[in-house]
Amino acid sequence: MKIPIVVEHRNADARYISYVVGFVLSILTTLAAYFVVVNHLWPMEMRVYIILGIAVLQLIVQSVFFLHIGRGSHWKLVTYLFAILVVLIVVVGTLWIMHNLDYNMMHMSPDQMQQYMLENEGI
Amino acid sequence: MNEIEEKAVQEKKTLGFWIYLMTDCILFASLFATFAVLRTATAGGPSGADLFDLDFVLAETMILLASSFTTGLAILGVARGFKKQTIFWLGVTFALGATFLALEITEFNHLVAEGNGWDRSAFLSAFFTLVATHGLHITVGLLWLAIMIIRLVRYNFKKTDLNRLALFGLFWHFLDVVWIFVFSIVYLIGGM
Repeated sequence: MKIPIVVEHRNADARYISYVVGFVLSILTTLAAYFVVVNHLWPMEMRVYIILGIAVLQLIVQSVFFLHIGRGSHWKLVTYLFAILVVLIVVVGTLWIMHNLDYNMMHMSPDQMQQYMLENEGI
Repeated sequence: MNEIEEKAVQEKKTLGFWIYLMTDCILFASLFATFAVLRTATAGGPSGADLFDLDFVLAETMILLASSFTTGLAILGVARGFKKQTIFWLGVTFALGATFLALEITEFNHLVAEGNGWDRSAFLSAFFTLVATHGLHITVGLLWLAIMIIRLVRYNFKKTDLNRLALFGLFWHFLDVVWIFVFSIVYLIGGM
């Protein structure tokens, strides 16, 4: 059945290809992150950063191919970038301040903490 | 209202919805930050490495990703002017979304039944809050989707339907973007 209102008919094929490319790239990045973890590639610390890197890569892929950032309203891009800034401040700021408040002792038992305080803080 | 004015109003509505999604980002950011801080606070209970089944979560991820793709196909159905195509792909999206939700509820049930509910440790509280908030968004999305499918089947396409469909597309793609980080941070990094 034909719909009377035709929206962006000309671009339909280009948009179809864009969705397929986005889908394939998203599958590949998801599998890449999965295999890095399952096969224990790279040391632990390094792996965390690699997985975060792959996640950001997929964020970019989906933002471009699915959410169509950069097309349409100029304010869409501006609010998107502002949201990313706020998200970074919230997440990085939280981790930073919590580590500081905890004197970097998040993984210590009370005994270990007392030892640490005696050795490093002179208390 | 003439057509140009109507288009301007619609663009404002789309931007308004987009700004809502961006504020939702901040909600999820605070939950992610909470999870990241409490990740190791297991109170002697099981950690992510003990609990998470990565193959299961990979399946969930792929299903949600596929549903994001089929949403795109449904919107393209509109762009091409085919109603049947749109309804078909919306139906597929609903089925995939419902499967995703069912898998998530199965996982939660499994965890709670084994005594690893949200009351077990700070780590699990943060885990359930973050993942279930995403699940709640999915649930609302499915409700929205069901209403749209019923409307499209029963009535002719109207401009408002097309606009709603475009907004739903944004919402659903956004939820998939959030899930990338749930998958990476909660399951892959949290499960190490």
